[in-house]
Amino acid sequence: MNAIRLQLDLARSSFNLKVDLHLPVQGISVIYGPSGSGKTTLLRCVAGLETQARGRVQVGSDVWQDDSLGVSLPTSIRPLGYVFQEASLFAHLDVAANLTYGLKRSKAPNQEVVLDEVINLLGIGDLLQRSTNQLSGGERQRVAIARALATQPKLLLLDEPLASLDSARKQDILPWLEKLRDELKIPMLYITHAADEVVRLADTLVVMESGQVRAVGPVSEVLSNIDLPLVVGDDVGALIEGHVQALDEQWHLAQVRISKASSGMAVEGNPTVASIWVRDSGLQIGQPVRLRVLARDVSITLEEAQNTSIQNHLPCVVESIHAESHPSQVLLRLRCGEVFLLARVTARGVHDLGLQVGTQAWAQVKSVALVK
Amino acid sequence: MHLTSEDLAAILLTLQLASVTTVLLLVLATPIAWWLAHTQSKWRAPIAALVALPLVLPPTVLGFYLLIALGPLGPVGQFTHWAGWGSLAFSFSGLVLGSMIYSLPFAVQPLVNAFEAMGSRPMEVAATLRANKLDAFFTVAIPLAKPGFVMAAMLSFAHTVGEFGVVLMIGGNIPDKTRVVSTQIYGHVEAMEYAQAHGLAGVMLVFSFLVLLVLSWTNRRKAQTVT
Repeated sequence: MNAIRLQLDLARSSFNLKVDLHLPVQGISVIYGPSGSGKTTLLRCVAGLETQARGRVQVGSDVWQDDSLGVSLPTSIRPLGYVFQEASLFAHLDVAANLTYGLKRSKAPNQEVVLDEVINLLGIGDLLQRSTNQLSGGERQRVAIARALATQPKLLLLDEPLASLDSARKQDILPWLEKLRDELKIPMLYITHAADEVVRLADTLVVMESGQVRAVGPVSEVLSNIDLPLVVGDDVGALIEGHVQALDEQWHLAQVRISKASSGMAVEGNPTVASIWVRDSGLQIGQPVRLRVLARDVSITLEEAQNTSIQNHLPCVVESIHAESHPSQVLLRLRCGEVFLLARVTARGVHDLGLQVGTQAWAQVKSVALVK
Repeated sequence: MHLTSEDLAAILLTLQLASVTTVLLLVLATPIAWWLAHTQSKWRAPIAALVALPLVLPPTVLGFYLLIALGPLGPVGQFTHWAGWGSLAFSFSGLVLGSMIYSLPFAVQPLVNAFEAMGSRPMEVAATLRANKLDAFFTVAIPLAKPGFVMAAMLSFAHTVGEFGVVLMIGGNIPDKTRVVSTQIYGHVEAMEYAQAHGLAGVMLVFSFLVLLVLSWTNRRKAQTVT
């Protein structure tokens, strides 16, 4: 079975964790939700640190826990890496000894090579002889990630690894995490409640609330799911993946061809596939990018607008209409070829334009954020 | 100040007793302290009270019960006779046993504090790095609790050096076997040998002060490395 299967039950005095998840074995699955929703408990169950948890944990073809068969491997036998929220380096060991602690105990092959690789991958070659209290917060977390990776885990669990860092340090580490996602084949479960981490890192998004899974799926689908307007950061909004198709050097703009939402594969030869112009911040042709389009930055016209300063007009179909908390506002889900946009407009505007489910219209995008 | 050869023998025996007691006590106290620091059991409170009992019990009471237990009719005495070791009462081994019980809380409490301060996280981290519990205990928990072990060793040693009541009850003040510094001083005073009592008492005074000084220094250094 080529998936991560998590079927877990844990009764606590304060809340119950009850999840049944199928997650892909590729990429980063971000677990998102308010504090107290059971994110950390879920991760600890996967790692076997919550011995009271019952159910089934399967990673690919390896069964780590199946209480119906009486199987539950202790944490030390599960081939995983765990990066805790706060720095968890061993204070009695220097950086090099921290890195080799798990490596020596793993039965993985090519240990020397792997160690060199993770040291290079996380850029910690200069820190090896330091004691752990001579490291900055960002360096500590990089060492902790490298230490976990050195054991060659089949699954990497990260519990808000950036939460204890200030935003400058965070910006230092995010690129390393993106590099891990792009260069390693190790699936990751990544807990966060930070919007920028969700939109930058997530391939799959799991939304948790009160110990249960509220939504799960490819990140762009979950974020544009109108039944669950998920406020990530300032506002609800869609996440769109694509590739840079062309550059307009005179005006410093880049044209992004939108890919199919779920797979991230470009849809070739499909005339309905749209493209979006974004600010060129040193992009290269062919580069994969992620765009975030907030609902408040999208408006609707029935005809393609002429004589407007707005650069991005996408033909679309109104897919659903959702009431907002204030009666004057309406949230629209628009299908633009293979992807979805969300638009927040006034109820009067919807009435004036006669918008209904199925109406063909144009989405005008006032502003696009390049998140990657 | 001059010390007689008997005084020196008493000092030597005291150091021997304190060293053996300290080493054995650390081995015994470590699992007890680990259990006390981590258990959710309902037995925690009674066991903790039992371990702390020597703190409040008059040493003579402790010594009295030990004497009964170690004597030929006591349960320990019957066992040691059956095993062919003879009686532990009035012997160095008996003194070691008594000292271990007498100093037990001084070894256990610093270790409990150290293990509790460490929390469960380091052991969890070690488990995620493929270390089984025993491995993690020796390679992570013990090194991290080192200040607690230093403290426990120094307190056990010093407290054993200072014991008197238990020694008097079960040791019997036999030269070269059970006569330690404190009972030697008592003997000098009984015999009105105040000059010799002064000498030994002075040695004890200086020793005790130095131990407390070093303890205070190690505590200070520990506090600095944490912050």
